[in-house]
Amino acid sequence: MTSVENSVDVGATLDADTTQDLEDLNDVWLIRAFEEKVRELRVAGDVVGSVHLCIGQEATPVAIKRLVGPDDALFVTYRGHGYGLMRGISPTSMFAELLGRATGINSGRGGSAYFIAPEHRFFGENSIVGAGAPIACGAALAGRFDGTDRVAITVFGDGAMNQGSVHEAMNFAAAMKLPVVFLCENNSYSEMTPIADMVGDPNLFRRAASYGMVGERIDGNDPTTLRERISQAIAAAREGGGPTLLELMTARLVGHYIGDAEQYRIPGELDRAQETEPVAVLSRRLIAAGCSRETLDDVETGAREEVESAAATALGAPLADPATAKDHVYA
Amino acid sequence: MPDAAVDTIAAEQVQLTYAGAVNAALERCLTELPETLLYGEDIAKPGGVFGVTRGLRKKFGDRVFDTPISESAILGSAVGAAMLGRRPIVEIMWLDFSFVAFDQIVNQLSNVRYLNEGKLQAPVVIRTQQGSQPGACAQHSQSMEALFLHIPGIRVCMPWSAQDAYDLLVASVYADDPVLVIENRNLYNTGKQPVEIGGPVQRLGQVRERRSGTDVTVVTWGAMTRCALEAAELVAPDGVSVEVLETPWLNPLDTETILEHIGQTRRVVVAHEANLTGGFGAEVVARIAESGISLAAPPKRVGTPDTRIPAAPSLLDALIPDADRISATIRSLLP
Ligand SMILES: Cc1ncc(C[n+]2csc(CCOP(=O)(O)OP(=O)(O)O)c2C)c(N)n1
Repeated sequence: MTSVENSVDVGATLDADTTQDLEDLNDVWLIRAFEEKVRELRVAGDVVGSVHLCIGQEATPVAIKRLVGPDDALFVTYRGHGYGLMRGISPTSMFAELLGRATGINSGRGGSAYFIAPEHRFFGENSIVGAGAPIACGAALAGRFDGTDRVAITVFGDGAMNQGSVHEAMNFAAAMKLPVVFLCENNSYSEMTPIADMVGDPNLFRRAASYGMVGERIDGNDPTTLRERISQAIAAAREGGGPTLLELMTARLVGHYIGDAEQYRIPGELDRAQETEPVAVLSRRLIAAGCSRETLDDVETGAREEVESAAATALGAPLADPATAKDHVYA
Repeated sequence: MPDAAVDTIAAEQVQLTYAGAVNAALERCLTELPETLLYGEDIAKPGGVFGVTRGLRKKFGDRVFDTPISESAILGSAVGAAMLGRRPIVEIMWLDFSFVAFDQIVNQLSNVRYLNEGKLQAPVVIRTQQGSQPGACAQHSQSMEALFLHIPGIRVCMPWSAQDAYDLLVASVYADDPVLVIENRNLYNTGKQPVEIGGPVQRLGQVRERRSGTDVTVVTWGAMTRCALEAAELVAPDGVSVEVLETPWLNPLDTETILEHIGQTRRVVVAHEANLTGGFGAEVVARIAESGISLAAPPKRVGTPDTRIPAAPSLLDALIPDADRISATIRSLLP
């Protein structure tokens, strides 16, 4: 990987905020380059099945990169490649998983939409909308009995807010003051249907109040804002303050899945979203702080190189071994 | 059952995909039965994630609508609307997602007629699809018809041909009992077939003889029907004559017709994509055994082994039954 230090203008002294922005840009590009490569592999037929990209929504995974502690537990959705990468799963074993290779993080069992890496405190994607929220409550509950100060973080979309399991989980966590942080990534669509058409009150964060927990809506495209607010919620949970719901406003710049014709888009909507997506936000700030265009381009190039080489390694690995297909159903 | 307005639409032959046949059946039911409603996630304005319900919102307006991602509310509201005189046709995008709302099917929908001694009914049709597909994850791959076949009070069918995708859905909507119609997304766009639309509403429970033969009977349903037909072709050059009986209706199952056929061949393989233990193949074999037909070889089942379903195609291939496995099982029955 192009390290942050390498991509900084030689001789320039950068303040801490700018250094952080540069690292964030690097991470955003790592995720985006990964996703673009996945799309290429899916279109070419190397990756098969349904794939959900997080292009445009990279800021939250980037923000929580260092916020998940060694005893904490993270639960995400099928749109989870970015979280996997930020939790430290190597791009090579993620590609291998998507490519059905023996070297995949789950040896090909999980695929794009259901991989898991507990060794990275990444307790999995989930392809059942809303299912991760009650499971996160359980992870938090276990922390009460295992001597840790565990916080569980569960990420889901706006559409998942209409799932019974999410309502139940929020009340369960609030009633028991469980250390759970509920992160709702509001990209304004649930598949092809606008969330605004599917709720009585589109201010989803307001539901938190009725459960008796803090709820807040924040910018979901700026890693700095996200890091600050999510770490406060984690700290509050760790200190016994109970759960928080954060509604993170973002936009998915691509289809719900690869192949989505996106006929539901409002004309001009994607152009406007390009102004506020994470690369644009960070680049604007870095340029204002004195970074050169070249520096920013180098970050992108470095990420793409890393991703290309990871994909090539994964493609060279053997397919998942059919002889193992029936292993591990029972202890 | 409402009178079918068969004279309002004359039967005609058209070329349709399986998805097109489902769409045509829905259009017919929405036209003929003003009490029908059609709803589910992404089905109205977007026309469905597989495009199956395209155009119906435009044609029928408010009776066709999108819902929140709330399967309990979708199924529960269908129960309530049906108790109060509507005929809801609801979509559960994947059968795997019905499990978040199983209560509404097992404890609610299936009890209405029984509890009310027939004075109240809940004519709900649940349209869904299931089955494996390379790359699909474990939560989007299961074949779970047997779970629903264990529930008295709800009918279950699994159309395989485009004609049956049309006929079975129309029959299901006209039926006064709840029906679960399990489609298969791998079949939606497999090319156009001639489909007769507008014909008389059929009774529930037919068996389709997809191929005639004298040595072995394969009983099968859903996407496995194609594999069974291919298996029959594989053994034909060796002089083995295989009969393929497709049972698109699993409840009601026309046991009598199946037994008549097996009485002739006296050799039987039951093949399904679902995993073996507790699969509906066990029920079919039990009915054959109880009938007292004297078989020339023990009955055999072919199904997915009892495992979870992996995403990787190389792993999936090792599990899901295919023509080779069915033909090997056919051969194992012969002297
Ligand atoms: C219980 C359940 N119902 C329906 C689906 C099908 N489905 C998959 S993703 C999705 C939309 C989810 O939207 P949202 O929660 O906003 O998340 P996003 O995809 O936008 O990240 C739906 C309906 C599912 N996987 N699980």
